[in-house]
Order: sequence, then C-alpha cells, then structure tokens
Amino acid sequence: MSKKQRKTVAVCAVLALSLGIMPVANAMHIMEGYLPAGFCVVWGVLCVPFLVAGFFSIRNKLSENRRALTILAMSGAFIFVISSLKIPSVTGSCSHMTGTGLGAILFSPSAVSILGIIVLIFQAILLAHGGLTTLGANTFSMAIAGPFLAFAVYQICQKLKVNRKVSIFLAAALGDIFTYCVTSVQLAMAYPSESGGVAASIVKFLGVFAPTQLPLAVIEGLLTVIIVIGLETYAMPELKSIGFIKEQEVR
Amino acid sequence: MNTQKKSHNTVTVIVLLILVALIAIVPLFVKKGAEFGGSDDAGSVMVEEVSGEAYTPWFTPVLETMLGGELPGEVESLIFCLQTGIGVGIIAFFMGRLVERKKQETLRNDNH
Repeated sequence: MSKKQRKTVAVCAVLALSLGIMPVANAMHIMEGYLPAGFCVVWGVLCVPFLVAGFFSIRNKLSENRRALTILAMSGAFIFVISSLKIPSVTGSCSHMTGTGLGAILFSPSAVSILGIIVLIFQAILLAHGGLTTLGANTFSMAIAGPFLAFAVYQICQKLKVNRKVSIFLAAALGDIFTYCVTSVQLAMAYPSESGGVAASIVKFLGVFAPTQLPLAVIEGLLTVIIVIGLETYAMPELKSIGFIKEQEVR
Repeated sequence: MNTQKKSHNTVTVIVLLILVALIAIVPLFVKKGAEFGGSDDAGSVMVEEVSGEAYTPWFTPVLETMLGGELPGEVESLIFCLQTGIGVGIIAFFMGRLVERKKQETLRNDNH
C-alpha cells in the first residue's frame, strides 16, 4: 500500500470506530454543587501549584520576547472558541471540546492552565455551565490533565520522528479524551458505585463519557492541525521565537 | 517550490475542514429523533443512577440564585455566541495582521 492509501485506511478506521459505539450520554464539565465540598477543596488545592507555575511560565515567555503574546492570545482565543461550540455526537447528545492542546504544544502545559481557568470562570459565572464550587475539579481535568497529556504525547511523537501534523493531531485529540477520562475519575471518586466501589464507578462514567467525546476529540485534533498550518504559513517568526520550530528545520 | 507547498497546504486545510463538518453533521442524520440534549440534566441523571438515590446539589450557580431560576435558553445561546465571538475576534484580528505582514514582506522582497 502506498502512504496515501494507508492514510485513507487509517482515517476510515477512526471514523468507523467513532461511529460504531453509541450509548447515550452527555460529556460536560462537572455541574455546580455536584461534588462534595471536601473534593472541591482538594481538587482546588491541587490546581494551585500548576496555576502558579503557569503564571511564571507565561511571564517568563513574555519577558523573553513580546512576540509570544500574539501566539498566546491566539491559543487562548482558540480555547474560547472551541469550548463554546457544542457539537452533536454519534451518541445522540451534545458535548464540546476543550481546545487546550494547541496552547500546551506551542507554549507549556502549565501556561494553558491559566488560559483554561479563564474560560471555566467565564462559563461558570455567566452560563451556569460547570460551576464555581467544581471549578477546581474542572480546572484540573480540562486545564491541567488534558494539556499535560497533550504536551507529553507531542514530545514523544517528536522523539519518534513522527510527522509534525500527525503528532499535533494525536496530541490534541488524546488530550481532549484524557480530559474527560479525568472527569470520569473525579466523578467516580465522589460517587463510588455500591457494588464495585470506585473502579466500577469509573468504568460506568467512562462508558458514557468516552463514546460521546471520541468523535469530538477527532474534530479537535483536526482543527488544531488546521490552525497550526495557518500559523506555520503566516507566523513563522513567532513560532521560531517561542521555540516551537527550530531554526534548522525551516526549509 | 514555495507556491507548490502553499497549495498543498490549502488542499490539506480544505480536506480537514470537510472532515470536521462531516463528523459534526453526520450524527444528526444517523441518530434521527435523538434529543441532542443540553448539559446539566443528563449529567445529574447519571450521578443519580450510579449513587442510587436522588441527589440535591448543595450549591446553586450564582447566576441562577440571582435570577431566581435557570438562565433562559435563548439568553444562554447568546452568551455562548458571545464567547465564540470574543475568541473568533481575537484570532481573526491577529491572523489578519499576520497575513498582511507576510504580504508586505513578499512585496518588499520582490522589489529588491
């Protein structure tokens, strides 16, 4: 098989996989008042070091060069746009994406925690979507766990010399999925199932979260690749200045 | 060479966009009559199913307390649009600047 044909088969496989599974569920942030107070505090406290690291990471990057601001603003705006779009999924319900992969790859995963929490606060206050009490838990899943996984995936792919577009796709899509895996774990820890405890509960929540999110994760991966293509075409100096693209790589 | 690469990128972007649209729209046709429901209700149903009892949230969203009820659906979509709008605005603004800069650069290079 030629390279192109293999790609086609891979795309078909992903589509078939995502269309094949369909229990009904909604994958969203954890609702206001739905985590016991203790959990809210613990998740909130867990987020603090990441947010502080993110704050410094952003400040250092910006003091190094002001150009990075353009890319930072665009990564933040990307999260804003992507997480506001509720998209119908094959399970018969809607969910939205996280959009955090882009910033994590371009900057640092900790920088994204700051961008992510801004979006979460916006939605919690104005939209009653997510919530202030569950802000800690939602920040941890969407603005910390997801971006860190995306970053790790991208780094590994680069080490393995995977094509850059493919690495970006994998990083963004897996980061998106991972966000909802963490959400499932968070819910499961607060609501262990009576028969099987936390583990059984995780399986239950995952079973309903993951299938809805899978196609959306694919979309997020594709959109992230598109925006990076755009940036590579028009913002090469910025990408080089933040170290995303090395000097010698430029053809 | 450069223009060739550019058109190659354009093709990739178009193909990807079509894929995105397909993945987003196909479910509407595959699952005809499904509700494509909102967020909060289905989530709470699931928590009740797992914990085996009705759950009363111990905290109501600040906005709902102030309004004395849920945010009307139309207004909710307004705010979601606002969120999208802010994001798209920022991206479009910077993208516009970058595209124009690139154009100027090519012009200058051609002249010299």
